Amino acid sequence: MKRVRVNPIACEGHGLCAELLPERIELDEWGFPIVDPEPVTGEAARHAARAVEACPTLALLLEADIRT
Amino acid sequence: MTAIRAMSAAEIAGPPGLPRLLAGVTSADAPATLDEHLSVYGLLPSPSAVDLTVLVEASGLLGRGGAGFPTATKLRAVAARRGRPIVVANGTEGEPISGKDKVLVRYLPHLVLDGAAAAAQALGAREAIVAVSRTDREGLDALSAAIAERGAGLDKRVRLRAVAVPDGFVAGEETALVQFLNRGVAKPTFTPPLPFERGVGKAPTLVQNVETLAQLALIARFGSDWFREVGTADEPGSALVTISGAVAEPGVYEVALGTPLRELVALAGGVTEHVRAFLVGGFFGSWLGEREAAEASLLEADLRPRGAKLGARAIVVLPTSACGICESARAMRYLADSSAAQCGPCIYGLDAIARSFERLSARQRLDERKQLTRWIQQVRGRGACSHPDGAAGFATSALRVFAHEAEQHLQGRCEAKRQVLPTPAVAR
Repeated sequence: MKRVRVNPIACEGHGLCAELLPERIELDEWGFPIVDPEPVTGEAARHAARAVEACPTLALLLEADIRT
Repeated sequence: MTAIRAMSAAEIAGPPGLPRLLAGVTSADAPATLDEHLSVYGLLPSPSAVDLTVLVEASGLLGRGGAGFPTATKLRAVAARRGRPIVVANGTEGEPISGKDKVLVRYLPHLVLDGAAAAAQALGAREAIVAVSRTDREGLDALSAAIAERGAGLDKRVRLRAVAVPDGFVAGEETALVQFLNRGVAKPTFTPPLPFERGVGKAPTLVQNVETLAQLALIARFGSDWFREVGTADEPGSALVTISGAVAEPGVYEVALGTPLRELVALAGGVTEHVRAFLVGGFFGSWLGEREAAEASLLEADLRPRGAKLGARAIVVLPTSACGICESARAMRYLADSSAAQCGPCIYGLDAIARSFERLSARQRLDERKQLTRWIQQVRGRGACSHPDGAAGFATSALRVFAHEAEQHLQGRCEAKRQVLPTPAVAR
């Protein structure tokens, strides 16, 4: 199981992640991502991987879910 | 526990009852000298005579810096890593309403150094760094003098060093402290790695609050059973508490964990005015209304169900002559300005929350509480460190406890006659 996480220090609020993974990421009024902490599987995991690759500051991470 | 206790038996018995830590304070004006320190507490037992980690585990000591993490677990986590560890004693105490770590470093530098040296010896570390705010000249002087006084003989193979750290609320956060020691930047870092994994000079690093280490120095001498003679089974021992606001004798007191809040107030000379609320746990803590605080004890297990936490045990007594909304607005502004300004949600979110509180405080008759509550919920967990979470907890409790004052402000009324919370200017 994998989980999406943001490195908030690296994140500059470009917002691409919310466009590529709208089912899991929304933006606050300043453009910074609010990430659904639930693990991603299947189609969502593929979308998540694409969003991670697209992040211009490499701030979006797909991590092994340590809770499982 | 008998065997463990026998191993740690010192020639001098542990102080019966309280104070324990503050028993070593020999003068109101000067740090205890090495001779004075040794006459009260005796020498630390030799590292080979005591399994410190086992002893600390049996004592149940919880970190005294605010998070309350079990000290033995941290010791084991550092010991399990490869490489020679480093010990960092955190005496930075950026919290404006807390003074207990400054008291320890200024008056009992040898007790702090004992704890740092004992932890270093137990872990095989060769270096222990005591970090103090660079504005705390007295503390730095006391430490430097104490380190010189100990010479090379006392701490066998452990080099002790005092380091001055930039002032500020987040500079003492443990990843900020490690980053400062590594490259001079006192700002939190993204985790992992945590300091125990990769800290100062990439070494596994034990970061412990100075009071935790002072307690550890007593446990090493007098044992875990002695330590547990005060406090509760789950939160054992004594603790230093800083109390200020509307009490006759504000200051730092040593109490048993579990002491009723009203007993602490009595120790501090009683209240000087009618009381409206208590701020418990510092600026990362919570307000408690006067009535709910009346039955509260200085114990996480008692405060948690009340929506509060003890944290680093900084307590402010807010009199009815002050306004909780105005106090909270100033504190929120201080917290927002104290952000390390690295994470978007903290930079913009805390500023928005602080501005909203300031508008309420200024009696602008616009009810923003719904949006304010949403912003508060929204910043939680979205910083690299827990700064936004701490600020969110404080803000939530302010809206709950001062709901009546908030209504009054919306109608243009405020009864504040004085300010209570110290909110130092933040250099940005």
